[in-house]
Amino acid sequence: MSDHPMRGKAAISGLGETKYYKRAMAPDGEFKMCLESILLACEDAGIDPRDIDGFCSYSNERSSPDRIAAALDIKEMRLSNMFWGGGGGGGSGALANAVSAIISGQCEVVVVYRALAQGQFGRFGQGAVVNEINNDGKWTAPFGLMSPAQSFAMRVRRFMHENGVQQEALRAISMASYHHAQQNPRAVMHGRELTEEIYDQSRWIVEPFHLFDCCMENDGAAAIIVTSVERARDLKPTPAVVLAAAQGSTARNQAPAHNADIYATSNFQHVGKRLYEIAGVTPNDIDVSQVYENFTGGVMMSIVEHGLCSADEVNDIFTLENFKSTGKLPINTSGGNLAECYMHGLELIIEAARQIRGQSPNQVSDAEVALVASGPMVTPVSSCILGVDR
Amino acid sequence: MTTGELSQWHASDPDNYLPPGLAAPRPWQDGLDTPYWEAIERNSLVVQYCDSCDAHQWGPEWICHRCHKFDLEYVEVEPKGRIYSWERIWHPVHPALQASCPYMVVLVELPGADNVRMVGNLLGDPLRPITIGEEVEAVFEHHKDVDPPYTLVQWKRVGD
Repeated sequence: MSDHPMRGKAAISGLGETKYYKRAMAPDGEFKMCLESILLACEDAGIDPRDIDGFCSYSNERSSPDRIAAALDIKEMRLSNMFWGGGGGGGSGALANAVSAIISGQCEVVVVYRALAQGQFGRFGQGAVVNEINNDGKWTAPFGLMSPAQSFAMRVRRFMHENGVQQEALRAISMASYHHAQQNPRAVMHGRELTEEIYDQSRWIVEPFHLFDCCMENDGAAAIIVTSVERARDLKPTPAVVLAAAQGSTARNQAPAHNADIYATSNFQHVGKRLYEIAGVTPNDIDVSQVYENFTGGVMMSIVEHGLCSADEVNDIFTLENFKSTGKLPINTSGGNLAECYMHGLELIIEAARQIRGQSPNQVSDAEVALVASGPMVTPVSSCILGVDR
Repeated sequence: MTTGELSQWHASDPDNYLPPGLAAPRPWQDGLDTPYWEAIERNSLVVQYCDSCDAHQWGPEWICHRCHKFDLEYVEVEPKGRIYSWERIWHPVHPALQASCPYMVVLVELPGADNVRMVGNLLGDPLRPITIGEEVEAVFEHHKDVDPPYTLVQWKRVGD
């Protein structure tokens, strides 16, 4: 295969995270945490924050580049970019946009960032209290279907029906995140072990999702510094090379009133295929995966649609042992959205970079290629593959 | 909340599956879906239909996604369907639903209309086991005490 113009040209050179908090527990405001995470990422990379020249984010990030640039005395802003739509599905898409800006010569130092304090602003898990509705929510909200969990449970139930998936498969995903969080002092659920019994006895949120199938709501901020690979080699940390980052959707995935042509999908059927083509690797080359858990059912479909296992293997392969950092299919080695922090999936890209650096709290031995699948079941979705510098 | 309290709700207001206080659906300001809301108020189920493609379309849009013809007509379809997917909701995310969990939301496909799908509630005991593929028929739930009034299309098992 010929070399793809995106493959291996840019790298993640700096990682920054605030302390992660349960919702409403952060002592600092969202914007202050945003600045803190960016400064930490710059310190990690060993670059002057004033040298940042591009800003990329997603999901209607509230901390705007104009305010950040003024606060940090950015010398020359060259890019202010927002990934449109898809909520947490935009995480790897924001990285893709940053990489594109580097490759095209628009920027030299791009920060990809997300600050999210659900305790200070709206909660994603609550329905809107309004008297009337005249957008597409009218096809679902009057029937009491209004939260993300409720929107996605319908797709997941259909996938489980079509492929004979048992509840234990979802349980294994949840237990993997909690298992890894116990080795990660940054994780909000550090010290909170999850057993099969606790999972089975936990309350339903919406079938097939128990409480532990659903992401947390948190406060915090995260940032990554993206540069050319050449620049990254001159910096302090081990570069996490971006082999590929892809975004998009299958046809009519968000057709109104749940009328997607292909319904039981994470929406990675096209993006996943294109991702591997850009990276020049196959699913067999993936050493470790960070797979966005808005809900465990989305993880299930994302794993299948990134070719890591087939749909009819889910019941057999989805076990805690296989998902551990020492297992055959290691996933979510920091604890992810379920047990580390719901930083809208940016913490998953950071964990993938840590695996490439060899610095994960649950390090996969000889990890050279790491996959990140950002938020599933939305439009658009995105995913990326990081690798060691060769 | 317990199931017993839900039963009490159903016993007290058998006309409406869920309690008052949820958002009332209104047509788009550009009138795209007005024919649908007017039809279901008359107990007639309609969806969009493209005569060029001889195919139904739902949810409503100004254009046929197959051939890009504008301004599709609305045609009456048989108010029967089958369960395509379902969910039993236990955790309320809206104040109006605090006392009405669990409740059932179903995705129904309409074999008589190219299998377009509609979201609705499945009437009856929410704890009754459900099977994908079960046949259901439409029930027109009129909310007349709201100004202006509106109608929801709900579903019940055939034979219930």
